[in-house]
Amino acid sequence: MKIVLKVITLFFSIVIISCGGKEEKKKEGFSVDRQKTPTEKPAETTSTADVAPASTRIDLSNKGVGPITSLTLPAEIDEALAKKGEETYNQMCLACHRVGKKFIGPAPNNILERRSPEWVMNMILNPEGMVKEDPLAKDLLTEFNGAPMANQGLTEEQARSVLEFFRTLK
Amino acid sequence: MKKYSSLILGALGLAALMSGCQPKSKTTGNGALTSNAAERVYVNPGEHDEFYAFISGGFSGQMSVYGLPSGRLFKVIPVFSQDAEKAWGYNEETKPMLNTSHGFVPWDDAHHPDISQTNGELDGRYVFINGNNTPRIAKVDLSVFETTEIIEIPNSAGNHSSSFVTENTEYVVAGTRFSVPVPQRDMPISEYKGNFKGALSFISVDPEDGGMDIKFQLLMPGFDYDLSHPGRGASHGWFFFTTYNTEEANTLMEVNASQNDKDFIAAVNWKKIEEYVNNGGGKKMPANYAHNVYNEETHTATSTMKKEVLVVDPTEVPGAVYFLPTPKSPHGCDVDPTGEYIVGNGKLSADLTVHSFTKMLAAIESEKFDGDAYGIPILKFEDVLAGTVKSGGLGPLHTEFDGNGNAYTTFFISSEVVKWNVGTWEVIDRQPCYYSVGHLMIPGGNSRKPFGKYVVAMNKITKDRYLPTGPEVTQSAQLYDISGEKMELLLDFPTVGEPHYAAGIAADIVKERSKKIYELSKNKHKYATTSDADVRVERNGKEVHVYMSMIRSHFNPDNIEGIKVGDKVYFHVTNLEQDYDVPHGVSMIGANTSELLIMPGQTETFVWEPKQVGVWPFYCTDFCSALHQEMQGYVRVSPAGSNIDLKWSLGE
Repeated sequence: MKIVLKVITLFFSIVIISCGGKEEKKKEGFSVDRQKTPTEKPAETTSTADVAPASTRIDLSNKGVGPITSLTLPAEIDEALAKKGEETYNQMCLACHRVGKKFIGPAPNNILERRSPEWVMNMILNPEGMVKEDPLAKDLLTEFNGAPMANQGLTEEQARSVLEFFRTLK
Repeated sequence: MKKYSSLILGALGLAALMSGCQPKSKTTGNGALTSNAAERVYVNPGEHDEFYAFISGGFSGQMSVYGLPSGRLFKVIPVFSQDAEKAWGYNEETKPMLNTSHGFVPWDDAHHPDISQTNGELDGRYVFINGNNTPRIAKVDLSVFETTEIIEIPNSAGNHSSSFVTENTEYVVAGTRFSVPVPQRDMPISEYKGNFKGALSFISVDPEDGGMDIKFQLLMPGFDYDLSHPGRGASHGWFFFTTYNTEEANTLMEVNASQNDKDFIAAVNWKKIEEYVNNGGGKKMPANYAHNVYNEETHTATSTMKKEVLVVDPTEVPGAVYFLPTPKSPHGCDVDPTGEYIVGNGKLSADLTVHSFTKMLAAIESEKFDGDAYGIPILKFEDVLAGTVKSGGLGPLHTEFDGNGNAYTTFFISSEVVKWNVGTWEVIDRQPCYYSVGHLMIPGGNSRKPFGKYVVAMNKITKDRYLPTGPEVTQSAQLYDISGEKMELLLDFPTVGEPHYAAGIAADIVKERSKKIYELSKNKHKYATTSDADVRVERNGKEVHVYMSMIRSHFNPDNIEGIKVGDKVYFHVTNLEQDYDVPHGVSMIGANTSELLIMPGQTETFVWEPKQVGVWPFYCTDFCSALHQEMQGYVRVSPAGSNIDLKWSLGE
């Protein structure tokens, strides 16, 4: 009931203020005073509790689940391929993945320091399968609020170019 | 609770017992319903039907897509009527599709779907369908199951003997039901006789892109042209139209148009006229009609007004048109798979009249005419008659063929389908319809190669067949198995609107070509946002253009400020998904229009003219993911004349 009153008050104050077209400064949001109740932990999770979030975890041996089983990257970055990859990235990926910034999904910077190239390719080409079967992809889905990665229908060639673009990101 | 369930159980048991005791003869109440009917129409969950059926919506103006034998409805394709569900005729992209010489017409009466053909067989590229009221022909592209072209027909009224295709889809034909003054002019109605004309339009279909263009209009005497079908095989190059009101009456038609013992089937040698036209024949006359085309790459329709049409006087092309006397105001005009027999269903008669194409050619050859009508030779009835089907039914309307030498004719008054042999004219079987059957359809039943497994009868009246829904009850379709000697009724299913006619095709021919997404890289929409980097809001005076993108599960931008009362805000929304079956919707509180339902890779536009100051939400209307409920945003609307800057953002 109190909350309802507060909401109504807030609503009316917005209405009043908006008529003037002025920016409003008010205490933002609300805070809960009581302590967060510690979530009960089953005994066997003691080990996983210490594990870093999936987005920062490093696993270079996991190749993921999908069409790519083996991929060796040449030492030199193919700039032309990376350029193509950037175009594809801007059209197909940018809506959820921003360079240097956690957005709907994780940022692609330094991804190859954390994941194998096969894993990255499979995540792009087979997101549905990865989310179902790959432990890292599963954890990522939870970490990113349950927003599943969309299958944007990239060809292997396109995915490879996007991977090359990722190599240029520091 | 326990008490109830045992009661129910008891009742069920009793019912089972009672029905079990019913004598076998009781099944006649279900017509030809056989005991394993359910099994034969059952399609396992996750499996596909064997046939598509495209069923016209009649006064709904649309065309619905069903599966056979299950009778499951998959989609209602908006054609001539606005459809708020799909924003058809509401969004900026499709409004031009409903433009006509009379302005924007939001409805029509959709009648006869016909599937495109190659070599006389269904090829599954397009379905054509006619708008009866404001004469138009629409083309539905079966790669997308959307209406992609609509052409208006000038000099026509009550576009009923339409939209049937020739053997290689050279033409889709549109014949007028009402004759009218050509050109339209102010004149007394009573001077109809001898002055009005009936236009039969031959619309060429581009073999590559399917583009429609009126090649010529044949200006026939002022009769009513009711239905038509193309010749095929030997008779390819001819087209046949039934006529009634050869009396040329203009009032109390029920009586006055039923005076002549025989009306005509008009046989039109369109190849001859095509040749005449290609050699410079015919007259260009001023006209005004809309040609509306939806472009799949710009996702946008354009409407072009055409100002001229080529008309042909049939008397100036000797040997091009003949009249075949046919009893009693014939309605259906159907040609068998070989192209030899032309069936005229005299709707006020009990019998069917079958003409022979070979005999017709012989009669023309020997010039045995029975006079002429306005200069068009009338052949002698006896000379062209192949046979008469003495059915014993009443009110024959339409005939289809199974490809195994049998024909199936509906009888409206006696409410039945009658199976008869093509050649002996003997009746083989008859089954009742519930009730008052109009058209019937065998997949491919009007082509060289019918798939003679099922016939669908389409009924005008259902009365007690379904749960009542107030005074207006559903129309229906009934599915019969025709693979045996006797027809067997398998299924009743309700239809959308009035099912005037349908076209069916083996699903395999169509489904492989069905598109899954629109490719973003091919999106040439003028206001597309194919990369999130291009998201923006632009102001041009009072006009504001929002270049918005959407993907699971957010809009970009989702916060917009600087909109003012009195602005006209265009939301150009692009669905960035490239995955199958992930459409998103968008709707704005208080917008005086429909939602948008945007397929992957597609761009659509709605207009919002905010009238009230406030912060107004918009949201996704098509459940798209677990975070669908989070797919929402706000627009801040300030008073007219305020100086809030245009600002947009996502996640800031």
